[in-house]
Amino acid sequence: MPSTERKTRTIRLGYVARVEGEVALQLTMRGGRVSDLKLKIFEPPRFFEAFLRGRESREVPDLVARICGICPVAYQMSAVHALEAMFGVSVDPAVRMLRRLYYCGEWIESHALHVHMLAAPDFLGCESIFTMAERNREAVERGLRIKKTGNAIVALLGGRSVHPVGTCVGGFTRAPRRQELAALREDLKRARDDVLECLKWVAGFDLPDRSGDIEFVSLRHPDEYPMNEGRIVSSKGIDAPADSFDELFEEHQVSYSNALHAKVRGRGAYFVGPLARVNLNFDRLGAEVASAAADTGIPWPNSNPYTSIVARAVEMLYAVHEALRIIDAYDPPGTPHADFSPRAATGRAITEAPRGALYHFYETDDAGLIRRARIVPPTSQNQAQIEADLRGLAPQLLDRTHAEATRMCEMAIRNYDPCISCSTHFLRLRIERE
Amino acid sequence: MKKPRLAVFKFASCDGCQLQFLNAEDEILALGRLVDVVYFPEARGRMLAGPYDIAFVEGSVATPEDARRVVQVREESRFLVTIGACATAGGIQALRNWDDLDRYKSAVYPSPEFIAALSTSTPISEHVRVDYEIWGCPVDKRELLTVVRSLLSGAPPTLPSYSVCMECKRRGNVCVVVAKGEPCLGPVTRTGCGALCPAMNRGCYGCFGPADDQNMRSFARLLTSQGLSPEESIRRLRGINGYVRPWREAVDAINGKKNQDD
Repeated sequence: MPSTERKTRTIRLGYVARVEGEVALQLTMRGGRVSDLKLKIFEPPRFFEAFLRGRESREVPDLVARICGICPVAYQMSAVHALEAMFGVSVDPAVRMLRRLYYCGEWIESHALHVHMLAAPDFLGCESIFTMAERNREAVERGLRIKKTGNAIVALLGGRSVHPVGTCVGGFTRAPRRQELAALREDLKRARDDVLECLKWVAGFDLPDRSGDIEFVSLRHPDEYPMNEGRIVSSKGIDAPADSFDELFEEHQVSYSNALHAKVRGRGAYFVGPLARVNLNFDRLGAEVASAAADTGIPWPNSNPYTSIVARAVEMLYAVHEALRIIDAYDPPGTPHADFSPRAATGRAITEAPRGALYHFYETDDAGLIRRARIVPPTSQNQAQIEADLRGLAPQLLDRTHAEATRMCEMAIRNYDPCISCSTHFLRLRIERE
Repeated sequence: MKKPRLAVFKFASCDGCQLQFLNAEDEILALGRLVDVVYFPEARGRMLAGPYDIAFVEGSVATPEDARRVVQVREESRFLVTIGACATAGGIQALRNWDDLDRYKSAVYPSPEFIAALSTSTPISEHVRVDYEIWGCPVDKRELLTVVRSLLSGAPPTLPSYSVCMECKRRGNVCVVVAKGEPCLGPVTRTGCGALCPAMNRGCYGCFGPADDQNMRSFARLLTSQGLSPEESIRRLRGINGYVRPWREAVDAINGKKNQDD
């Protein structure tokens, strides 16, 4: 037997750095092939679905926001859409547009954070944004400006950017005046230029090419780039109403992780997030954004997970354009929120969180108290796909140094901008050779 | 002069409080010049070993492993500062403290036996000595930077601990209790948010924890006089900071009264 056949190498990343939450990786290879691979989410479970039981419907947006400090708006949006469907609430069209603006703010803030603070240091050989600022001051300052503009949108509509307080079932607790929104215009116009620069910058990074056979999944809306509404579609032919999530996908538990894994029923892993959305909704980006995306030279759609960082920049550009459009057309709603009468019902909703489709299910009793809740965040949906990508990467790790192997695994994981706090920051890599 | 070594640790939490460092877009690069950020998994690639001059701790203690880890963090840190409701009061996940962990596990996981968790979620101060606490869910960016500034200049940080009502009056908000009869935790909640909820036309829900000098007995009566049932009053108090002692005791008082009436 050739010696390589017996060679076993185990890679353990005790924590993955520059991701949001706590995750470790264990990878064992025998004879150049993966014999075992486990992405372990050891983020302490916080049991949201358990303590939501018995709470009032109106409390849900404030409670589920606490699942994630980076994308609280997403949790609030999926929750209010599900509850409004259950209680037969229809929201004012102006409220609908404000929610879209709210999501634009969160996408800008979250994508800018990931692109500049979490992912870019990899491509520039830096440890963090602090060291990156020494050599790439201009890009860092540009990134901070973009991020600040996103945060300002969320703070205007919600009172603050982390765990905003303005969301309620039926709309907002307070609707902004026209001139308050108009005050964001100058910063957004500057952000539009900044994001264009950022898009060229990230498209110029040395992106590895590991295109694979991947099923991309996102919402799709008849006229808009998807945020709060749409059908579920996939690159392998899914096209179904959003409330059929449970029929399309299944979750299962693995012994080594605190987050549940998700799969397409009868098929396997799938990919949600910015790259999935751009791939499946390129024709909804609008001419200007689509042309900027095409100018990067990257083909859309594509199945290379490493282009995710560019997809994020494309979405930032879309969100800035969309925010400006909404602000210019804004006419305040008659009342900031519709009243609702809670009742016994079940309901579900999917909205597009920065990291991908976020599914909520609720069941209430006669008084509107939550009887059951189920929340499927994007990161747990991506887990199986992340493992598949790492399995594909593994043969290239065999002869790498520990530091290189760690960096390559972390980059493969960071393509998904995994938010581990949600799924229930870190990769400590241990490589073992027998 | 050698730069102070700053660390940010995470326990059971949503990452929102440590995110406030990264949300300080105008100040973060200056911060990077004043201190060496040597341990901050969300923001840098390699973590450096202690000792640390200032350790910020986010999150509550909710797993056996974290109960061990927090002791080590304390040993390695000159100043240990908790950031946010989870680290300071146990957080929203402390709602499990009134329930049965096995019931909780099986509500979420098909195979609960794989999950290692403590039956309670507790604040850092129940485990180790804490030097300073910053309240809020999330902490306020300005308060966070105030504490950093004080510690760097060798002054003990002080943050206001009076009630949201004071701030609310200064901001010129219309009182939601008086004008709309809306239940509001402002009278018993610590300031720091800028009286955000009343400014957004709604009652405060207590995410900055208890103010000094609150009268919980009288406040519990106020809630019921506004027409809230005992159960509704309890839910108001048993939220983001529900495990904190004065609010826990107020709930016990409401429960006691309820049992008397029954």
